[in-house]
Amino acid sequence: MKTARIAACAALFGASTLMLAAGQEANLADLRGAVKIDGSSTVYPITEAVAEEFGNAAERVRVTVGVSGTGGGFKRFSAGEIDIADASRPIKKSEVELAEKSKIEFIEVPVAYDGLTIVVNPKNDWCTSLTVEQVKKIYGAEASAKTWKDVNPAWPANPIKIYSPGTDSGTFDYFKEVVIGKDGAIRSDISVSEDDNVLVRGVAGDQNAIGFFGCAYYFENKSRVRSVAIDGGKGPVVPTVESIEDGSYAPFSRPLFIYVNKASAARPEVAAFVDFYLKNVSKLAGEVGYVRIPESILSRVRANWEARRTGTQFIDAKGEAVHGALADVYK
Amino acid sequence: MATPRPAATRVFQNRAFLWLCLVATNVAVVVLAVLLLSIFWQGFGELDWDFVTKSASRKAEDAGIKAPLWGSIWVCAICALTALPLGVGTAIYLEEFARRTRFTRIVQTNILNLAGVPSIVYGILGLTAFVRMFGAFGSNLENAVEFGSPESLFYLRLPFGSSVLAAGLTLMLVILPIVIISTQEALRAIPSSLRSGAMALGATPWQTVWGITLPAAVPGIMTGAILAMSRAIGESAPLLVVGSALFLRFTPENLMSEYSVLPLQIFNWAQRPQAEFHALAAGGIIIQLAVLLTFNGVAVLIRQKLQKPLL
Repeated sequence: MKTARIAACAALFGASTLMLAAGQEANLADLRGAVKIDGSSTVYPITEAVAEEFGNAAERVRVTVGVSGTGGGFKRFSAGEIDIADASRPIKKSEVELAEKSKIEFIEVPVAYDGLTIVVNPKNDWCTSLTVEQVKKIYGAEASAKTWKDVNPAWPANPIKIYSPGTDSGTFDYFKEVVIGKDGAIRSDISVSEDDNVLVRGVAGDQNAIGFFGCAYYFENKSRVRSVAIDGGKGPVVPTVESIEDGSYAPFSRPLFIYVNKASAARPEVAAFVDFYLKNVSKLAGEVGYVRIPESILSRVRANWEARRTGTQFIDAKGEAVHGALADVYK
Repeated sequence: MATPRPAATRVFQNRAFLWLCLVATNVAVVVLAVLLLSIFWQGFGELDWDFVTKSASRKAEDAGIKAPLWGSIWVCAICALTALPLGVGTAIYLEEFARRTRFTRIVQTNILNLAGVPSIVYGILGLTAFVRMFGAFGSNLENAVEFGSPESLFYLRLPFGSSVLAAGLTLMLVILPIVIISTQEALRAIPSSLRSGAMALGATPWQTVWGITLPAAVPGIMTGAILAMSRAIGESAPLLVVGSALFLRFTPENLMSEYSVLPLQIFNWAQRPQAEFHALAAGGIIIQLAVLLTFNGVAVLIRQKLQKPLL
């Protein structure tokens, strides 16, 4: 009996030293509690991948991820119902005010890039690159092009068939803001679908079609649609993992974020989750079809997270939204 | 007196009408058959024990539907257990007991209107009434009033938050008008001679309803219940509003648990870029059909057990 007890003690002691040696991994396994996440369905695949891996390491932490959309996520975030909000765009001024009203401080964490890809049918042999001005001619409500010839006189006079994601999506918002600006409008005689797979099918089936969606859909359908190089002023650039990561695919690379409630970040399971997120997101983002943030920016992100730096860097002191590449805006 | 039309014309009209009805029936059946065949064609390969026992994953081959499956079962069970007694009770009151006053007419009109309200509106109502309880307990869940331990089966919390109970009650609101209206129709179809007969033998109104009217109306009520549950199990819009999660690795353990539901998971898989996930969506649809058939099977069973011949 006594020897058994001694053996048990020894085993316990051995186990505890092993756990110390294993360091963080063992700590994760001891964590309990819950991490509640909601927001953008664009960011969802990344957060799902992180939550899956985190769940393997920290089995007793109950992680839930919802898909209410970026706006819906921020609403729940401001009501204090969730710890982390997934967002496919920076937080808006009205949303910051709502959070301030309920005394919620947040930490802004860019996690990956999505490259909006403009695609045409593979049989379209004329349109290999477009300037932002030309994209505006195709999609803008004013001076809208009826045929490809209207965009560039050297191109055939075929009518353009235009596809676009749903007007409620963050993808659409970002595209509109970059191409037309805040106050302009996208033309209304276009085919809209909430499901990007429908856009892929539409463009794949019509020689004169053009459409745009997140790069994950393009990477999966490279044989069915062809990407158009974008000339943002420094010559045409094709969307690839490299050109999106280094920022040369401009202005259609957009950052994706998670926003962490500062009060929640004091809880060990939430802090561990975000630590884990930043440690693994570079690898996991690529696996689910997105593009990682370069190490130079990611180290800034980590430093800001470690310092629990609150507030957004995408709204300036005058309350105006700040535009531009992540590398320039995010310090 | 009009001259009768020639017999040949009348026979032709009769035949034509028969054919028209047959075509109409077959259009519906063929569309359904094509839909089911394509779903089974795509999704049958995904179905195995792993699919229903594994959680969501970024890798299609590791992904399963455990959490949404159990979430849907919990939410729909709560919905059925609350909507049926409430709905049938309301209908019995309105049909058998209430006198036709201005008040009952207003209630009746309201119910008819509510049956046509888009379900997302009920989602907003559920969010205010069940999830946040009008902010009466503060906005943060940390201030919630709790009863019992969070790990026990009988844990309760006010406000309900984004829990299976809040979701089930929200779906109850969605299907309540359908249950009430179909029960009323079923009760109206019972010949009043049956009620008069019971009354003549000295039965109280309560005995008449419980012993005569209700058993005779059970088939109609259960048909309404089947239609209502079929709607409830396919709803996703109101559940998104009341805060259904999509990714979780655990199944509900009490009424306050977080949850996911099948339609959300199916939609998410269907709109992923990778084709492997589209096959998973088809597999999810088969599982959802199976859950729906199970719920409806229970309704059919109740119908068989309770049905009494009218003679």
